[in-house]
Amino acid sequence: MITEEEVEHVGWLARIEIDRSKSKEYAEQLNSVLDYFKQLDEVDTEGVEPTYHVEDLVNVLRPDTVTESLTQEEALQNTEHKKDGYFRAPGIM
Amino acid sequence: MAYNNPDGVMIGLEIHVQLNRLKTKMFCGCSTQYHNSQPNTHVCPVCMGLPGALPVINEGAVEASMKVGLALNCEVTDRTQFHRKNYYYPDLPKGYQVSQYDYPIVSNGKVVIEGEDGELVVRIRRAHMEEDPGKMVHMGTIDKSRGTLIDYNRSGMALLEIVTEPDLRSPKEARRFLDKLRNILEYLDVFDSNLEGSMRVDANISIGGGSRTEVKNISSHKGAERALIYEIMRQKNLLRRGGVVTMETRHFDEARGVTTSMRTKEEEHDYRYFPEPDLVPLKVKDRTSRLLDTLPELPDARRDRFVSQYGVPEMHAKALTSDIKVADFYEMVAEKVDPKVAATWVADVLKGELNYRDLTVKSFNVEDMVKIIQMVIDDRITDRSGVEVIRTMLDSGGIPMDIVQQKGLMKAEDSVVSSAVDEAIKENAAAVEDYMQGKEQSMNFLVGQVMKKTRGRADPQTVREMIISRIK
Amino acid sequence: MPEWINISGIREKITDTSAEEVTLSHIDKIRNSRTYGFSAINEKAVEQAKEIDSRKTDSPLAGVPIAIKDNISTLGIPTTCSSKILEGYVPPYNAHVIERLVDAGAVILGKTKMDEFAMGSSTETCCEGPALNPWDTERVAGGSSGGSAAAVASGEAPVALGSDTGGSVRSPASFCGIVALKPTYGTVSRYGLIAYANSLEQIGPMGTCVKDVATVMDVIAGHDPRDSTSIKKDMNYSKSIEKDINGMKIGIPEEYLSDGINPEVQKCVWDAIHKMEDLGATWKSVSLPHTKYALSSYYIIAMSEASSNLARFDGTRYGLRAEGENWHVMASRTRAEGFGDEVKRRILLGTYALSAGYHDKYYLKALKVRTLVKGDFDRALSETDVLMGPTMPDIAFKLGEKIKDPLSLYLTDVNTVPVNLAGVPSISVPCGFADKMPVGLQIIGRHFDEESILRAAYSFEQNTDHHKKRPEGVR
Repeated sequence: MITEEEVEHVGWLARIEIDRSKSKEYAEQLNSVLDYFKQLDEVDTEGVEPTYHVEDLVNVLRPDTVTESLTQEEALQNTEHKKDGYFRAPGIM
Repeated sequence: MAYNNPDGVMIGLEIHVQLNRLKTKMFCGCSTQYHNSQPNTHVCPVCMGLPGALPVINEGAVEASMKVGLALNCEVTDRTQFHRKNYYYPDLPKGYQVSQYDYPIVSNGKVVIEGEDGELVVRIRRAHMEEDPGKMVHMGTIDKSRGTLIDYNRSGMALLEIVTEPDLRSPKEARRFLDKLRNILEYLDVFDSNLEGSMRVDANISIGGGSRTEVKNISSHKGAERALIYEIMRQKNLLRRGGVVTMETRHFDEARGVTTSMRTKEEEHDYRYFPEPDLVPLKVKDRTSRLLDTLPELPDARRDRFVSQYGVPEMHAKALTSDIKVADFYEMVAEKVDPKVAATWVADVLKGELNYRDLTVKSFNVEDMVKIIQMVIDDRITDRSGVEVIRTMLDSGGIPMDIVQQKGLMKAEDSVVSSAVDEAIKENAAAVEDYMQGKEQSMNFLVGQVMKKTRGRADPQTVREMIISRIK
Repeated sequence: MPEWINISGIREKITDTSAEEVTLSHIDKIRNSRTYGFSAINEKAVEQAKEIDSRKTDSPLAGVPIAIKDNISTLGIPTTCSSKILEGYVPPYNAHVIERLVDAGAVILGKTKMDEFAMGSSTETCCEGPALNPWDTERVAGGSSGGSAAAVASGEAPVALGSDTGGSVRSPASFCGIVALKPTYGTVSRYGLIAYANSLEQIGPMGTCVKDVATVMDVIAGHDPRDSTSIKKDMNYSKSIEKDINGMKIGIPEEYLSDGINPEVQKCVWDAIHKMEDLGATWKSVSLPHTKYALSSYYIIAMSEASSNLARFDGTRYGLRAEGENWHVMASRTRAEGFGDEVKRRILLGTYALSAGYHDKYYLKALKVRTLVKGDFDRALSETDVLMGPTMPDIAFKLGEKIKDPLSLYLTDVNTVPVNLAGVPSISVPCGFADKMPVGLQIIGRHFDEESILRAAYSFEQNTDHHKKRPEGVR
């Protein structure tokens, strides 16, 4: 069971602001899905390796050769928040 | 005498080394040569984290990391992979850093340094590959910021994070370790320490078996010693006043030389590591023997060779090999002049003068060094004059012979040349007469005679002037 | 009147008139759409078509208009994943598949609606409202590639690209009565596809007939060094469909025809199996015993990967930016305002599933179950050539019917998600009607054996009439 407090913590981890008035509703919705996921508890996975990739590929590498970069204009084309070629954002603290 | 470590200091280091001698970044083909460039000009969809872009591992970065591991006596991991380390920060364009987690590419190594009481073995726990974040410029100060400017040119640069066990017992040992590491990295040609931000250090410090603090944001090997001295003093003072050292992360303020607590909400990290699904695992252990074969001679081996090959004292050999550029320089000089004399001049004199001026050996050329040493060997100038020539060259440029001339540093030479000039005038009266009659070639003949007598040690222009002044 | 024209029909039309004319007529249909599959029209489409006309090229898709799901990056054309957070984002680069299509002479018509960030099975989570089902505009088009399916089924584009993370091309194809292929993982480069769940998804072609789907595959498939999971394999898809299916061994997974499946849908599927028998194939019952756990495994993996993939949308470099006194507050508000409810739920669940203390219970467990699900397919496909069953458990549901209850919506993916966990290829092909709505037959193959499933689908299509029926108002 995920608590309202945990919902707020997860919201912070995921940088999604959760209005205090809505954390109860979120907790209920998430719990109904988590309840469903509980069915996995009945599967015996003793000794079963996890599958991260369905392919057996290893060592996919590229040579250390330079390819073309974007121009500064292209790099900054999707934001209005820029200054002297930099992206501009609010301060950290 | 054994070092008893009176305060029970234990220091472990995490060193982020930028593999800046590669041509391209860790996961994309953007050039690494962004220093001195306009912001956001060495970026692409991959290192800017644009939606849909995918990483591909730079083979050069993998092999460079393995080489470093092998040079640090590490084992190469059988099967290794990349993970995502999830956290939010403006310089991290994807909201996660592609890094390595439970399978670092190399682990379990060791480096021998000169400790407080002789050789000290520093164990290397692991070294793993990761990507560098971008760079932030704070408008105002970090805590009273009016905003942040972000440049992603650095984003995606290949980093190797080297983690030591807490085997270091003093700030001095930490500095020596970092010096040695930097030296090894430069021998491997994977790293240029002169570039901004090329080496960044986090240090874990505890004293007397207490809790450890982690000091972040140490941006150079020189800064590391200062940060550690401060932090040890802070912990000691705290304990003396009856306080307790708490486990925390502290920020090193380089300008003020102090560490400050970083206790904020954002510090509570839960990185939610999981394997990077856009990359496949690496199985590169079988490249080990080939890479071992390509490893260059490393500082310790070169030091031993200098002792045996050139017969230079251990102390000089160490000094010469502690910087690859100095070692290369020395070997080129040693080809031309007596290696033992050369060792003294390069290790004791030149290195000292360079350090004093914060210059590197790049500021001096081999031929000039050879000429100066040769003059000393030939007894034409004194040791002191040799030093003066070097100093003058470093401070105001010029070439050795001119400086010797201008400063009148020529030793015995004055009398040797002087008597040779007198002899030549006396023995070749006819030629003197011809010159007086206006036959220029006769002067060349006379100078030639002096050169012959001095076996070429004299400066023709000086000789010429001396003859003229004596026959007039 | 809009009509279904296949690629060879389009090419004949171009010969008779011009690529420009063909493109213009499709744009006209899009402007008068009654199903709203498109979210943007490519302003340069006509220009591209004119250029094809002037080149007189006979490359395979020369002048053929194609609709692109809005999570595939298109240089100079807004690409928003139907999300408010990416409003106004214009990629400075093309996805690999777009490069290939343009090289083959295709004309990019525009971008199609989808469930926001491909998270949904009905296209109802699209920030601009849903695409509608052309067979009944009160019903959903399926999802998440619902806009592409609606566009093709409404005759507004002969072919389209979608992406399939857990059924996202097959579900809408089944609901809209068209054909769509989910290729083997690694066959089509994901470079430029805005990730929902990287280890599960593939871009797939959608069209009115099997041959068109194979033709588009020939163009978009193949190795791309920019995608580390891309496989080096040469295939000729359109050639492979021509052989018959005499002797083909079909497996019918008993779990895919369980009680939860609409009986009318079951009937259509059994009719299809019997048709296959008539064509020389044999069938037997097989079991995929871990099917009932596949859904949980799939959603945990998808949400976990998504929680990380979508972290980049922080308001700093592109897309929406909210106000905030510092960067972290700005990012948190941007994401709260920019993402829809379903996306937020999935990010929160994925974050939770990866967080300290829950990682092993959810994420790692799901990956182990994935191994078991994949093992089921390996076993079943070692004794058969292909597997068949209904693509969706039911026909297209009514708009608004399930959107309030996320879990009921997740359950509609029960037959499609196991395929993505295993990474095998699968095609959905029309196999009849229930309650006047199309039903899709799903044919699943071994890794890299698209040939068998395309061949089975083509033989079936050529010997039945289902694909000849049209929605009302479409010729």
